[in-house]
Amino acid sequence: MSKIEYTSLQGKSPAYFVLLGVLGLFTFTGILAAWYMEHNGHHVTGMTNQIVWGTPHIFAIFLIVAASGALNVASIASVFSKKIYEPMARLSALLAIALLAGGLVVLLLDLGRPDRLIVAMTHYNFTSVFAWNIILYSGFFTFCGLYLWTMMDHNVHQYKKYAGFSAFVWRLILTTGTGSIFGFLVARSAYETAIMAPMFVIMSFSYGLAIFILVLMATYKASQMELGDVVILRLRNLLGVFVAAVLYFTFVYHLTNIYDADRRDFERFILLDGGIYTTVFWIGDIIIGGLIPLLLIYLPSIKKNRTVLGWICGMIILGGLSQVYVIVIGGQAFPLEIFPGYDVSSSFYDGIVNSYTPSLPEILLGSSGIAITLLIVVFMLKVLRFMPNSLADNVIDPHYSVK
Amino acid sequence: MKQSVDNSRRDFLAKTAIAGTITIASGVLLHQTANAKSLNETSTRNPHTPVSNINRWGLLIDTNKCGKSCSACVDACNTENGLAGRTGPQDTQYIRKVTLRDKSTGHELSLPLMCQHCESAPCVDVCPVNASFIRADGIALVDRHLCIGCRYCMMACPYKARSFVHEELHNQKTSDPRGIGTVEACNMCVTRVDAGKIPACVEACSADNHKAMMFGDLNDPESGISVELKKHGGKQIRADLALNTGVHYQGLNE
Ligand code: SF4
Repeated sequence: MSKIEYTSLQGKSPAYFVLLGVLGLFTFTGILAAWYMEHNGHHVTGMTNQIVWGTPHIFAIFLIVAASGALNVASIASVFSKKIYEPMARLSALLAIALLAGGLVVLLLDLGRPDRLIVAMTHYNFTSVFAWNIILYSGFFTFCGLYLWTMMDHNVHQYKKYAGFSAFVWRLILTTGTGSIFGFLVARSAYETAIMAPMFVIMSFSYGLAIFILVLMATYKASQMELGDVVILRLRNLLGVFVAAVLYFTFVYHLTNIYDADRRDFERFILLDGGIYTTVFWIGDIIIGGLIPLLLIYLPSIKKNRTVLGWICGMIILGGLSQVYVIVIGGQAFPLEIFPGYDVSSSFYDGIVNSYTPSLPEILLGSSGIAITLLIVVFMLKVLRFMPNSLADNVIDPHYSVK
Repeated sequence: MKQSVDNSRRDFLAKTAIAGTITIASGVLLHQTANAKSLNETSTRNPHTPVSNINRWGLLIDTNKCGKSCSACVDACNTENGLAGRTGPQDTQYIRKVTLRDKSTGHELSLPLMCQHCESAPCVDVCPVNASFIRADGIALVDRHLCIGCRYCMMACPYKARSFVHEELHNQKTSDPRGIGTVEACNMCVTRVDAGKIPACVEACSADNHKAMMFGDLNDPESGISVELKKHGGKQIRADLALNTGVHYQGLNE
């Protein structure tokens, strides 16, 4: 590999400012929505005492999970010494930080009392998985930041490997932690299973890489820099492996649930007669998010088609959001089993499938997480040098010939 | 003169005797009242002694006595805590009546369900800021000054006992200060308990002559609730989760 030169976005074109403006507007609407929700109380949302976590959580969890996966490229470069990924490590770490920030802002703004952030910072309950997650998130920012520093500053270059390794280990713990938020909910049929944590790790690989590829292709196209097939084909293959792995884990998760007599009803609900949840599961999660991308990735005739790859990534993201939707909302919609062996009814909606219709403010708040992420990325790309001048095939691998 | 002295002495003695009798009698009376209270076992801690783990307050609910269409406990709870009593999906309910139908026999029963005041409470385990806590005497509470409204506790509660305040509140009761954006649940009428009274639901149930609810100290083997549990047993809901709840039920299937 020839020596890689890094560059920043020029960021002087009107298009750049339009993009910043649009992202800024989305972010602003999200914050406005949060203010509206806080001012009026959560009664302006579709969330209830039955569905206590809603759309903001879908986006927040998706982004936080994807954050750890976006670091993949950097990890493969530094931990597994795969040279071809190295030039992209900076972008990968930046995206990871931005995704986590986007997710956390949404999570925070959805709190009943976001003004009590200081309380959250100063009162720690060490048995709470949530509190561990706060430590995990801060650690993730720190490690990714250090890692970026060692990559960008030649004086500390020799520590790059250690920083990369720490960030790698940390991000595995982080996603395990996110998965455990659900795994620790002892009473809910959907969640209390150990497979939740590894499943989240593998989901993160897939979502994170899909977002990374999209950002990479978009930036190189917009700044008219070269992005060769070598890199793209590698990433594409890797994505295929991850998508297959997510499908496999989803399969195992549901299979173990079916084996467990206590959870069989829940499985029937998600897989067969859960209405919207069943539809979203099969169409969104499995078909759009899994099978079609997998098919397209391995279809040789469109191997080099970037537009198709863009679509594939988009579908994986959509599938990911669907998967989180089914886990978060579907898991709550299914009635909590308080009295096994009895049919129950009450004024508090016991024993029935809870319904949930998100309101506009929560959708605006949730989706603003994506805008915040992209805003950070677009802005930082201009401020610091994250992108290799060229990712053309001969730069990446002079001996490589694309067949 | 002598006579008058004698008279006055007699008078004095008689008066003293009467006064003494009254004093002693009222003392005895007071004593008896006190005794009766502790035997009745709806009594609570002496308001002048601090909260401690000497007590563990609990409830025992006999589903056989619970009136199917009765909602006295729910109404009393709403009044006591200043709840509006609405039952929309976003409205707060500390206590609710649940109708159960045995899937195999078809037998129907009804019971009040509220926070079960677990010893190993999942809400306490998950709360990131320690806003959910179990008081030394076993009552599960939320510190509304700390709660950040993340609702993780609601996700974790196996009994769906908690509610989130979705709206601005007006006309609150001083005994139960609530707050928009925070989580709340049955607090076993902690202010009443601290004042030496029994929870409002239990009182209402007795007043309605169902006597399906009993309040008392689970740590005291002599207490009415302990004696009754020992004699006739009781069941914890979702006992499989081993949370050691403070609320026990009779008349439920194993
Ligand atoms: S909603 Fe409040 S009490 Fe419940 S876990 Fe969050 S901070 Fe704790």
